[in-house]
Amino acid sequence: MSDTESGFVRQIEPQHAPADPATLGVVEKPLSAFEKVYSVGALRKSFLILLLIVAWQIGAGIVHNSLLFPTFSATVHAFTESVLSGVLPERIWVSLQVLVMGYGLGVIVAAILTAFGVTTRLGADLLETLTAMFNPLPAIALLPIALIWFGLGEGSLIFVLVHSVVWAVTLNTQSGFLAVSPTLRMVGKNCGLTGFPYIFKILIPAAFPNILTGLKIGWAFAWRTLIASELVFGVSSGSGGLGWYIYESKNLLEIPRMFAGLLTIIIIGLVVENLIFRIIETHTVRKWGMQA
Amino acid sequence: MNQDVNNGAAAPLLDVRGVTLQYKTSRHLVTATYRVDFQVRKSDRYILLGPSGCGKSTLLKAIGGFLSPTEGEIHLKGMRVNKPGFDRMMVFQEFDQLLPWKTVKENVMFPMIACGKCNRRKAAQRAEHYLELVRLTKFANHYPHMLSGGMKQRVAIARGMAMEPDVLLMDEPFAALDALTRRQMQDELLQLWEDTKFTVIFVTHSIPEGIKLGNRILLLSAHPGQVKAELAGIAEESADPARAAALEERINGMLFAGAPVAPSEAHHV
Repeated sequence: MSDTESGFVRQIEPQHAPADPATLGVVEKPLSAFEKVYSVGALRKSFLILLLIVAWQIGAGIVHNSLLFPTFSATVHAFTESVLSGVLPERIWVSLQVLVMGYGLGVIVAAILTAFGVTTRLGADLLETLTAMFNPLPAIALLPIALIWFGLGEGSLIFVLVHSVVWAVTLNTQSGFLAVSPTLRMVGKNCGLTGFPYIFKILIPAAFPNILTGLKIGWAFAWRTLIASELVFGVSSGSGGLGWYIYESKNLLEIPRMFAGLLTIIIIGLVVENLIFRIIETHTVRKWGMQA
Repeated sequence: MNQDVNNGAAAPLLDVRGVTLQYKTSRHLVTATYRVDFQVRKSDRYILLGPSGCGKSTLLKAIGGFLSPTEGEIHLKGMRVNKPGFDRMMVFQEFDQLLPWKTVKENVMFPMIACGKCNRRKAAQRAEHYLELVRLTKFANHYPHMLSGGMKQRVAIARGMAMEPDVLLMDEPFAALDALTRRQMQDELLQLWEDTKFTVIFVTHSIPEGIKLGNRILLLSAHPGQVKAELAGIAEESADPARAAALEERINGMLFAGAPVAPSEAHHV
């Protein structure tokens, strides 16, 4: 412990005296304009999308058959026409309404199921069995039953959507709760927290990365399920969402409009996944350094 | 650190009597400690020292109220301990004891607000004061994931102290730190104690750490933990390096009496 005072330790000075940092060449240097631009992921991706659009336009020009593969410009033309005539916004509105209802209801059901699954042992077992059974079952496969139970219309769509959302959200939320570290739990108990305050101040924030992942997966399932079931519904009912818009355009052989419908689906998907969920992520899990 | 403020107090602050602790693993019922007795007085720096498996951490959790003794009783200020409470704040070994979704300052404020002890404004004032004590004022608005391990532990200590609990329970808080940071933290803890004279029970498996930090040391044997001896007046001994080294040897001999001593195990700081 007291080696330094014993007299046996010699201190050897460094061969160069340490330089004053101010005189060193580069300590911190701003990057060049290109390096800055290149480091922005969104810009790199935009550039790639631009390339893909050019490839589409040229490829479709070579095929030269607007019934099989319309050009990008024809698709954009059909898109703007549909938007201006008010048809497309109305279809989007119908789809989104159903989606929000189904998604919201699904999340509520998932919350209730998770509450059971976290509080009691038997509830956990029940939840595990249910998710194991229903998670692999594609929501579309339930459509025939839904049609018999709820008839044609929103009821059936919402039933199918709820099914597509519930299991993904429940599975992730429950595993999130179970993964909350024993230390954090003890910290909560140490502060005298019990019951609901304990759940809302400790468990839910601690499990939030998993909850968010569940919500994202649930959204992706719901969106795909909705469009698919609208396509099936389109055959027999007039209630028109985006799926119906695509189906209708196909029947009228308005292929550019059909492509415009597909483009809309892609755009909405991108906006929700890369804008809405991304914003939530940067303000929560990324800021907290607890990305799952 | 030469004066010990433990003379005169008749009734102990914390009274542990005949405490046997058992817990279940998936296969066994394990007895962690067997009929442990000890008393802690106000402003003690009380060290629970023993080899791994002597149930010292389990004992600390029982004082924290996280598990109840199968035999014996724990009393704090004459009241029986039967559940966790903010009069016994715990500082853990793990770095994840801070709430990652709250800033450093909010972390320190959290218990004060959660238990309804302070309103937000008062909690913020106190948090600032204690963050200054652990020299983290500059990092008040950082999130825990931006801090080093030592800083995280300092936040946890500030959080525990800001509650001004009857007793601060520290469960090997420096064990996961590198050796240099660890020494620095030990010095800082002693300085904090000089400033506020809080009561602390400190669990460690390092003999030098126990000698450096404590004024009283409880030695526990392993499997199950039983009291081997209690040493008082440590602070006077540790002031002199030669006497501290001798004491270290003595404790080592007591802990591993009969068993061959592995030198590497005896000397890690």
